[in-house]
Amino acid sequence: MEKPIRVLVAKPGLDGHDRGAKMIARALRDAGMEVIYTGLRQSPEQIVAAAIQEDVDVIGMSILSGAHNHLLPKVVELLREQGAGDILVFGGGVIPEEDIPGLKAAGIAEVFTPGTTTTETIEFIKNNVKKN
Amino acid sequence: MFDKQEIALIQEAKKEWEDSVLAKSLAKAPESKEVFRTGSGDVINRLYTPDDIKDIDYKNEIGFPGQYPFTRGYQPTMYRGRNWTMRMYAGFATAEESNERYKYLVEQGSTGLSVAFDLPTQIGYDSDHPLSEGEVGKVGVAIDSLADMEILFNGIPLDKVSTSMTINAPASVLLAMYIAVAEKQGVTPDKLRGTIQNDVLKEYIARGTYIFPTEPSMRLITNIFEYCTKNVPQWNTISISGYHIREAGSTAAQEVGFTLADGIAYVEAAIKAGLNVDDFAPRLSFFFNAHLDVLEEVAKYRAARRLWAKIMKERFGAKKEKSMMLKFHTQTAGCTLTAQQPNNNIIRVAMQTLAAVMGGTQSLHTNSRDEALALPTTESVTIALRTQQIVAYESGVTRTVDPLAGSYYVEAKTKQIEEEAMAYIKKIDELGGATRAIDLGYIQQEISDSAYKYQMEIESGERIVVGVNKFQVEEEPPKGLLRVDPSVGEMQKKKIQDVKAKRNNEAVTEKLAALKKACEGTENVMPFILDAVREYATLGEICGVMREVFGEYEQSVLL
Repeated sequence: MEKPIRVLVAKPGLDGHDRGAKMIARALRDAGMEVIYTGLRQSPEQIVAAAIQEDVDVIGMSILSGAHNHLLPKVVELLREQGAGDILVFGGGVIPEEDIPGLKAAGIAEVFTPGTTTTETIEFIKNNVKKN
Repeated sequence: MFDKQEIALIQEAKKEWEDSVLAKSLAKAPESKEVFRTGSGDVINRLYTPDDIKDIDYKNEIGFPGQYPFTRGYQPTMYRGRNWTMRMYAGFATAEESNERYKYLVEQGSTGLSVAFDLPTQIGYDSDHPLSEGEVGKVGVAIDSLADMEILFNGIPLDKVSTSMTINAPASVLLAMYIAVAEKQGVTPDKLRGTIQNDVLKEYIARGTYIFPTEPSMRLITNIFEYCTKNVPQWNTISISGYHIREAGSTAAQEVGFTLADGIAYVEAAIKAGLNVDDFAPRLSFFFNAHLDVLEEVAKYRAARRLWAKIMKERFGAKKEKSMMLKFHTQTAGCTLTAQQPNNNIIRVAMQTLAAVMGGTQSLHTNSRDEALALPTTESVTIALRTQQIVAYESGVTRTVDPLAGSYYVEAKTKQIEEEAMAYIKKIDELGGATRAIDLGYIQQEISDSAYKYQMEIESGERIVVGVNKFQVEEEPPKGLLRVDPSVGEMQKKKIQDVKAKRNNEAVTEKLAALKKACEGTENVMPFILDAVREYATLGEICGVMREVFGEYEQSVLL
């Protein structure tokens, strides 16, 4: 049997809006993935440490505080520094369209904005995850 | 409400109608769905008649506005006397920029201020704290010390406006800063009118900006109740909030049940701290969501008023009518706004405004069309404010009190929400009260289940969201969104340095030491916080002292 995809769902930044994060975590679990949810207020350092410790294939970050341009690229940078650059990283939340190209250039594979279905997110992960 | 004989006749006539008129119509054209549901997912009948409200006793259950159990309203004349307070939640970047926005809103006819703080302020960190990086000034204004607060209210006479502050864990500190600014304007605390949110239980449940564990948090809240009863008597000391519970995905009945359960916990804590219920209860206020199902929402507000009145009278033995009256602020539902076709959000907000007003709100914030994308622009905020003004002056719904009372459906729904909410309160009582139910994750889990169900309904197309899963179009990305200048963080850091260079640092150290001692003891901490604030101790320093003594809350992570 194929090993299930392991996903870390994380909340970087200080905002407490976790409806989206919990929703995605639950939907990914229902789709057969192994999901770890970090809870609120995780620094990029904490997220990267958790991802490496849990040996995940994917990190999904939900952020609604407006600090995405600062925090999301930081996570990718730290992953690369620690030799975990192969982890697929995506983000979601209230993120203006014009910020998305910059985030993608920084190594965020995809950014999902409000209105995205969980099915789209699941498909995206299945099509893009790098299996070891 | 009707005599037995009349009901029997109505039942008979209904049966007859079903067998003839209805049956014929259904045979020709069946209904579009097997089962119809409200916005919260409850089954809704085709038709309501006096039969559905026959057990409601008009005098005792519905009654008259301004009179127990306040189902029909908080006040006897409602909007015939004066309109609700149009209170637009605003704040971003620096105190200077927010001050400009407030002055603009007042010029445009806004009748109360509502301050949004940035996340570091809400969590008790100064702008120069490492965790504040990237967050300063983003979702609200950055306040680090009294110096920022002085700028925020510059030119706004605090004895003339009422100010609502969305601040919870560090509410005591921001209230102290407000009192200190008023002192400098020559305004004494007894003249101050406004509200602090100060509802930390819903932070653990849904909103997330908690700092301290539950026990010291409850102490801070009761300290504020006590201090304000004596010194700031016109101040609403808490805004017990269902808004964020609903935003997190709860149903209407859960919103009422969980919010009033939190309310019960605060009243119990205050009584336990030795306060008299009729001394502090008149200053309790509430904050609800205005979601899309207009009739269900109206029923929700009516149910909440009736249930709270009963709880205060029967459970807590309140004597003053003012202790039993549930007064509330409303905000339209941010979670119903779509990033797709954002102008459609104007219509959604208009319907939600109608719901809040027909439900008898005391004040209202209307969301702006672009809030699923970013903070609102001035133009969007103006449309949102105009929406309230159109409902107030043109729609006509304000001209009679509680206009939907007596609707067979709305009365039946009011009763049903009341009963469902009461069942949640009973369950929470059995678990040991709201604080315990939160620690166990019960409330969070219930909300999370409702939220998941809602999302799955959207994805299956069972629940239609115009522009999202039906009537979609290809769109250009929206232009002209509000951007917060990224240099705000640096500017705030500089301001902190200036404040620390100018203030009397010896006095600050002394006041912070006194505060620490008060926190370790059992005294009311408010006067000590006020002393520290007056010496320009920063928010981070004050909360830092409290963190040292009280520790920090650890979230129970559940899916």
